[in-house]
Amino acid sequence: MSLTSTEADGAQVVTVNAQRIDAAMAIQFKEDMRTETEAGPKRVILDLSRVDFIDSSGLGAIVAAMKQLGKERKLDLAGLTPMVDKVFRLTRMDTVFNLYDTLQDALDPEHVEN
Amino acid sequence: MVDSFACSFRATELDARRGIVSVVERLKEMGIPNTRVDEVQIALAEAVNNVVEHAYAETATGDVLIRCNLHPDRLWVEIRDAGAPFPASKLPEGRAVDVNTDTPLEDLPEGGFGWFLIRELTSDIQYQRNMDNNQLSLCFEIQLTN
Repeated sequence: MSLTSTEADGAQVVTVNAQRIDAAMAIQFKEDMRTETEAGPKRVILDLSRVDFIDSSGLGAIVAAMKQLGKERKLDLAGLTPMVDKVFRLTRMDTVFNLYDTLQDALDPEHVEN
Repeated sequence: MVDSFACSFRATELDARRGIVSVVERLKEMGIPNTRVDEVQIALAEAVNNVVEHAYAETATGDVLIRCNLHPDRLWVEIRDAGAPFPASKLPEGRAVDVNTDTPLEDLPEGGFGWFLIRELTSDIQYQRNMDNNQLSLCFEIQLTN
């Protein structure tokens, strides 16, 4: 399993325990996300602070993970490292997700966007 | 003076990961700033993924050969494979994916970012179909730190 999951302040926090979400990892990531988020809080926060590289397959897998949650739930992203942040910004996918610098920011009511 | 190295690996996802990581290590040792190597890694990974997923899709899996040539002001990364040519022997356009905060969930793209990233991050791209192999060369402008 590439993920671990906890609950904090009514949200599910899913931590990615891998350095790379790349082509070799993308399918497993998507499946693990489906298992982890099958049921649970409306808000899921994906903690990416341990991930230092993502490619277009990994980006697609994160989009797929959000679609799996359906319209009633949402996926926020926290702890983007520089290369991950760059890929999200270059592809404009930073406009699709709420991005937080740290998991703490994602959980801080002052920072949270709807 | 041109500083060069080459490496090759099987065109599988796991071997590609190891190959990309080893190229990245060598580029850092050559004195290319880390943030620039990051950008090279993003583009290189997309190009290599394309070889693994598309060039060898219909044929027996072969090798990927990467050669890096570092000039004083630029880096050329050449990627060769013995797989199928690009459709119509033309490189994909790699148009930006059109998304914004109002894009409906079901319309969000799960792919199609690869060639856009390659084109965004390189200053020049050359492609040549040789007799039985593809040769894709990506150029990055570089300012050396040492």
